[in-house]
Amino acid sequence: MMGRRENLRRKEGASPSEANLRDRYHGWLQHHRLSAADSLLRVLDNLGPSLLTWLVIGIALALPVGLNVALDNVNELSAGWDSPAQISVFLQEGISADRANQLEIELSAREDIAQTQFVSREEALAEFSTLSGFADVLASLQKNPLPNLILITPTDNLQGSSVSALRESIQGMPDVAEAVLDMEWLQRLNRIMELSRRLVMAIGLMLVAGVLLILGNTIRLAIENRRDEIVIVKLVGGSNAFVRRPFLYTGLWYGVGGGGLAALLVSLSLWYLEEPVGNLVLLYGSAFQLRGLGVMGALNLITLGGLLGLGGAWLAVTRHIASIEPR
Amino acid sequence: MITFDRVSKRYEEGHDALREVSVSIDRDELVFLTGHSGAGKSTMLRLIMLMDRPSRGQVTVDGQNLATVRPRGVPQHRRNIGVVFQNHQLLFDRTVFDNVALPLIIAGYDHREVGRRVRAALDKVGLLNRERAMPLTLSGGEQQRVGIARAVVGKPKILLADEPTGNLDPTLSAEIMNLFEAFNQVGVTVLIASHDLILISRLQHRIITLQQGRLVTGNAP
Ligand SMILES: Nc1ncnc2c1ncn2[C@@H]1O[C@H](COP(=O)(O)OP(=O)(O)O)[C@@H](O)[C@H]1O
Ligand SMILES: [Mg+2]
Repeated sequence: MMGRRENLRRKEGASPSEANLRDRYHGWLQHHRLSAADSLLRVLDNLGPSLLTWLVIGIALALPVGLNVALDNVNELSAGWDSPAQISVFLQEGISADRANQLEIELSAREDIAQTQFVSREEALAEFSTLSGFADVLASLQKNPLPNLILITPTDNLQGSSVSALRESIQGMPDVAEAVLDMEWLQRLNRIMELSRRLVMAIGLMLVAGVLLILGNTIRLAIENRRDEIVIVKLVGGSNAFVRRPFLYTGLWYGVGGGGLAALLVSLSLWYLEEPVGNLVLLYGSAFQLRGLGVMGALNLITLGGLLGLGGAWLAVTRHIASIEPR
Repeated sequence: MITFDRVSKRYEEGHDALREVSVSIDRDELVFLTGHSGAGKSTMLRLIMLMDRPSRGQVTVDGQNLATVRPRGVPQHRRNIGVVFQNHQLLFDRTVFDNVALPLIIAGYDHREVGRRVRAALDKVGLLNRERAMPLTLSGGEQQRVGIARAVVGKPKILLADEPTGNLDPTLSAEIMNLFEAFNQVGVTVLIASHDLILISRLQHRIITLQQGRLVTGNAP
């Protein structure tokens, strides 16, 4: 910038035939507009190869973005699963089966509890011996070490905090040894989600790097194709910035097109999934709805594409244009 | 306007293209540069254009020692010089108008000013009616005149030409030379490299002769 201004000043002093500063500013703007339009025309003129470039960029961007949208949806869906977690109520030792049954009836009468299931210590032991494979060891025990158990399902509309409150109130009951919220599977899901997000991030970064390289290479070829022209432009006084401009715009157009195509691909996939997901969700009686990219998401994707396009073009342009000099 | 002070140019392969060349060209002069093929004519023009730097010695253009021009300043330097180079021809996918307009677009002129100046330049070379034509539809002589229009459209103080009549028949060559004389008449310093001795000796201008990189005649105006 400084250099440009310096040049302008020197040039103004150098010759009376030079345009003045304001005209030059207009000229500079005009060259931007001209480069943008000319680059767009060139991209559209070679529609076949351009479409291919757009597709490559579009797919590379659609993959991580689509996966991210899918994860968002799973997140949304599992947020609705927080509440109907199970509570395991372990009873004090020495509580009779009759007392346990009565407790179960008391609990099932509560408004915030949808369902109860009594598992006697004998049933628990039988289940445990078949499942654990410790049947022999357990048979040799003098005494059944397991307590009586009541499994509780809170009502659907109960929020996470109320479930905790419910657990605490049951824990406080006299015959109850311990009430445990059964949320392990949820935590496991959350951990898997976290891992998936990182995985998607890593894939996304790799694909973005790929997009930069592809764009860089495409622009490099465009530069190579116009080598003679660059030589002529430099011979009559075109600066590197002047020569760069149309190629940067070419990169921008490739990137913007690729980003738009990516948004289209993601939307199409979601549309394709909408019906089966709706059917599946209906089976579980949930009101869940697939969430798409949204207008902002699509615009962000196009912006991201544009920035990547500029970046890729910049990589190619800085490396290749300076070395093309008239000989 | 243009001064060579004991300039030598040795290419990487060890070949001496110029040896201790000292010469001075005044403002308003038209000078022919001649010599056999390989004598170093193009090399001299390339040094003036900063397409290359001398190995030794000093080139001064319009009061500026070219050794002080840094790479960033090279485009600016070139904008003050019009060139007609035989091997650097036109953009064949652009119209005549766009070709001639190029230096003005680079210099950042407003589009109305560009139109005005391009038509003036095309008028001077007699191609005003061909501005929408593509270069490939023009004859060799017409193409060369488009190149000249492009060289003068920015009203440079210096005009360089490397074998501008190389592929043209004698009549067309004479016409092109008359064109250069006309620009010289209005105050442009003109330096033309040419080995067409028959043509240039008929015109009354200083002739600098190079022989294997050495200046043999034409040292003083
Ligand atoms: N880029 C270059 N690398 C090596 N040698 C060169 C290069 N350009 C020119 N030469 C050599 O320098 C000498 C002068 O070349 P040139 O100035 O083009 O001569 P002229 O224009 O008078 O025919 C020639 O021997 C040529 O082979
Ligand atoms: Mg030559």
